[in-house]
Amino acid sequence: MGKNKKCIVVTVIGKDEVGIVAKIATVLAENKINIIDINQKILGEGIFAMTLLADRVGSSLSLPAITNELKASIKGMSLDVTVQDTEVFQYMHRV
Amino acid sequence: MKFTSEEILETIGMIAEDKLDIRTVTLGISLLDCSDPDPAVCARKVREKIMAKSADLSKKTDFVANEYGIPIVNKRISLTPISLVVPLAKPSAFVEVAHAVDSAAAEVGVDFVGGYTAMIQKGETSIDRALIEAMPEVLSTTSRFCASVILASTKSGINMDGCYTMSQVIKDTAGRTAKNDGIGCAKLVLFANPVEDNPFMAGGYYGVGECESAILVGVSGPGAVRRALEKLGPDAGLGEVAETIKKCAFKITRAGELIGKKLAEHLGVVFGNLDLSLAPTPAEGDSVGQILEIMGLAMPGAPGSTAALMMLNDAVKKGGLFASSSVGGLSGAFIPVSEDASMIKAAESGAITIEKLEAMTSVCSVGLDMIAIPGDTSAETLAAIIADEMAIGCANNKTTAVRIIPAPNKKVGDFVNFGGLLGKAPVMPVSQVSADKFIKRGGRIPAPLQSLKN
Repeated sequence: MGKNKKCIVVTVIGKDEVGIVAKIATVLAENKINIIDINQKILGEGIFAMTLLADRVGSSLSLPAITNELKASIKGMSLDVTVQDTEVFQYMHRV
Repeated sequence: MKFTSEEILETIGMIAEDKLDIRTVTLGISLLDCSDPDPAVCARKVREKIMAKSADLSKKTDFVANEYGIPIVNKRISLTPISLVVPLAKPSAFVEVAHAVDSAAAEVGVDFVGGYTAMIQKGETSIDRALIEAMPEVLSTTSRFCASVILASTKSGINMDGCYTMSQVIKDTAGRTAKNDGIGCAKLVLFANPVEDNPFMAGGYYGVGECESAILVGVSGPGAVRRALEKLGPDAGLGEVAETIKKCAFKITRAGELIGKKLAEHLGVVFGNLDLSLAPTPAEGDSVGQILEIMGLAMPGAPGSTAALMMLNDAVKKGGLFASSSVGGLSGAFIPVSEDASMIKAAESGAITIEKLEAMTSVCSVGLDMIAIPGDTSAETLAAIIADEMAIGCANNKTTAVRIIPAPNKKVGDFVNFGGLLGKAPVMPVSQVSADKFIKRGGRIPAPLQSLKN
């Protein structure tokens, strides 16, 4: 990760519906969070799974605030969203 | 992407479903500069130092937990053993300083403080005697200050007079907190060979070899280990089981290492150490007993429990040591009865007994932990149970501990309920065969031989 980046991983899992990616991407764009990479799959029976890497260095929101904004955007849909700092994955999966 | 979806989902699952968390962030504070022959001045100095060092502890800990999305469950403080700080052989002086610690802890927002500690493995000073005399009052009139007494070490042997004295202190404390099932005893740990950088309570204290102030991080995650073993399936060989535990312990420890480093940065103190201990809570799935069940034992306590626990404890240590260069504390598996749903069930059904627990403590961290026994157990029998546990630590050059509650007015089969993290426990039967004459001999059991070990 570059020194001027503050990267997060957004994970969204749940029932597939129209417009999930759009809703998530809109919230991120509105809060000046830059998407770097997206991985999205439909697992079998219409289960939506997305992992997204983004840079929040330009955003003033804290990590819990980003989580709350994202949760609000998909309220009413059967989806779970989590946001984690990439350093957590770096530490746990890379030596 | 830098990480695979599997890696990301594994981590998310460990935190969200398997309850991987930072169990405790403990700020170690040296009190060696707070000593004063006037108890009121000593109490004021101790209070001021705690307030100054830990004013930001709660706020900064919450900030780091939020920023990295890993829950930090408890914030705690460990202090220099108070027997080295209060230079007076007066019980009232200890009570005064203890109350100052308790109220400072409440103000800075920590749930437990460790360090009401005396080291009497080879004998007592007049100051130690005063500290111990005040202990039942301190444990029953404060809610946060935890006590520990070192009764044995491999180098000194076992202070048998100390075991007998402490069994009476335990009974007195249970009596004074009878309304709450003897909860005062849940804040008292007796040790052989303790570590000086243990972040977990009630047995943590901040050793004299430590620096001015340091962050000690305790990581837990029995749920994550259980899940990893479930995925492995019931037919995998034990070599594979050990390997899986090691890998899982590695990942958990890395999460702790990250949080510890960040917290130390934010608080401007040294990152003292990381203690990876599988510490259960009463919550469903957050259980060390269940790991033994997944390994293939119908219940903890079954024949094979000692072997399974030895492997678990060892694999946790091996994975943890590779993951961080700051591993310290106890680092292993805890088997407290009242704090582990599976152990509670095993104790209730009689599958696990105090004798089997004692055997299991010879291969895991800590010892006879959070065990309720009948309130009418004699001080001599209690002292003998304590001495047995000290002997295991002493002869095997390892830490062992006793945290036992003779529950007032309760009989075998009754339950004690402490609530919260301390949980609930069935009152377990104690052998009725007398050890009175052995205990009443008093004195010290000499240090055991370190060679010719067979």
